[in-house]
Amino acid sequence: MAAHSAVLSASKIINPFWVGRLGNTAKVFGTTLISHRNKTSLTPPPAKYGGRHTVTLIPGDGIGPELLNHVREVFRFTCVPVDFEVVNVNSALETDDDMNNAITAIRRNGVALKGNIETKHTLPASVKSRNNVLRTSLDLYANVMHCQSLPGVQTRHKNIDIMIIRENTEGEYSSLEHESVSGVVESLKIITRNNSLRIADYAFKLARERGRRRVTAVHKANIMKLGDGLFLQCCREVASGYPEITFDSMIVDNTTMQLVSKPQQFDVMVMPNLYGNVVSNVCAGLVGGPGLVPGANYGHVYAVFETATRNTGKSIAEKNIANPTAMLLASCLMLDHLKLNDYASVIRNAVLTTMNETRLHTADLGGQGTTLEVVQSVMRVIQSKGQFTAEL
Amino acid sequence: MVLYRVLSSSPNKPANALQSTLLNMQETIREPMVQDPTQFDVLVMPNLYGDILSDLCAGLIGGLGVTPSGNIGANGVAIFESVHGTAPDIAGKDLANPTALLLSAVMMLRHMGLHGHAKKIETACFDTIRDRKVLTKDLGGNSKCSEFTEAICQRMKDMD
Repeated sequence: MAAHSAVLSASKIINPFWVGRLGNTAKVFGTTLISHRNKTSLTPPPAKYGGRHTVTLIPGDGIGPELLNHVREVFRFTCVPVDFEVVNVNSALETDDDMNNAITAIRRNGVALKGNIETKHTLPASVKSRNNVLRTSLDLYANVMHCQSLPGVQTRHKNIDIMIIRENTEGEYSSLEHESVSGVVESLKIITRNNSLRIADYAFKLARERGRRRVTAVHKANIMKLGDGLFLQCCREVASGYPEITFDSMIVDNTTMQLVSKPQQFDVMVMPNLYGNVVSNVCAGLVGGPGLVPGANYGHVYAVFETATRNTGKSIAEKNIANPTAMLLASCLMLDHLKLNDYASVIRNAVLTTMNETRLHTADLGGQGTTLEVVQSVMRVIQSKGQFTAEL
Repeated sequence: MVLYRVLSSSPNKPANALQSTLLNMQETIREPMVQDPTQFDVLVMPNLYGDILSDLCAGLIGGLGVTPSGNIGANGVAIFESVHGTAPDIAGKDLANPTALLLSAVMMLRHMGLHGHAKKIETACFDTIRDRKVLTKDLGGNSKCSEFTEAICQRMKDMD
């Protein structure tokens, strides 16, 4: 809620100075605050200059910069009406200036595409995870990941189609720790009624919109009776308003066991932050690995897109072996969010064709293709479909 | 969130081959655990992650019906148990799979230093399962619990 009031007061401050350029701002925020009650998708910021959108791009560390360059190349080639405002964040610095710039840029543009920013363990504990700061500052409360089996990828389990909705701002990631007695550390896991209701509501709305039949809440309420108990209770309350959707719950350890033995039983899953981290990584592994699955972080006002498992991929950076699929699919999610659905479909279909029909796979899928080869194949498929394109 | 991965020394490796690697749970454990679990040896971690990962790994090897466990305390005090539920629906019907509890007992024998007996029972149990002739329902067979147990006992007799 603090984020809402900060955003609204910021728009009031900005408006008098930027009346011409950002005169729409208050109207945009106004419409989004109303529309979120009825839909999970919020009204995107209006395209400002000649129908072109401006999107913040944060390259991050590891494989982020190279993959995002490929995304830009594909967008340029497909003549997508999106301009990127690049904001670099240096993960080695202890100061917050870089992050503040990035957050301001996202507030300005409303949408961002990012690579993972490394959280160096060598920095003092007071320096929080930059990715976490970004999510909480912008109140991106829902992390959504859609795990689907791809026909072109060999996996132990087939026919997986799971949507994971993870609470993205509190829980075990509240960064509240203290050492009252030397050698004894207390970490606070925060669960609030407000955020739990919010995320449950998001999950059920999404399930209804997508025609999904079942929502499973993942928890450990037998041990954390108050924390996860509250979360579960909130989910039940929200479930009562969606009689056409079956609601059940499962303890997190049993969930991971069921996921690795019978993942087809799951439909939509909603859970607090840490379990979301665990379950989304397990599911990514089930469908073929971290290189395949895109992720999206939604708030009431902003949306940030990235790979689902948020890997920096330091060990494979700059070797032209990283799998660009996840980042390309994440950029398609972003295009859908901006209501550029046609462009999203063209790029998504080309990526999936390369994956499933051409079967050009990178090393993580057991293939020999390089990142560049996969991207070029994607662009060739786009061109062959008769899309108006720039030069290769 | 860090996990220490310790490659324990086996009789064939010298003690200085003991390596420990600090691993971030997200980047290197869960996906590789699902995709290639054979790369891991011994994993040590705090309580909650252990709860999650132990069930995940149990799912990978066949479920809780075959997973043994032990709780070790100070001064050698220990409790060994199977971690599956009470299964009231099949209780008293001679249908349950005794493997989990049996292998937990094997862990207990090792804890007590009775390695010979432990090895014998473990080998007999593994061989019976590998043979696939006498299996309980959860492992895809239709034998009774007593028949499975009898098969293991017979193997041990044959070993002597």
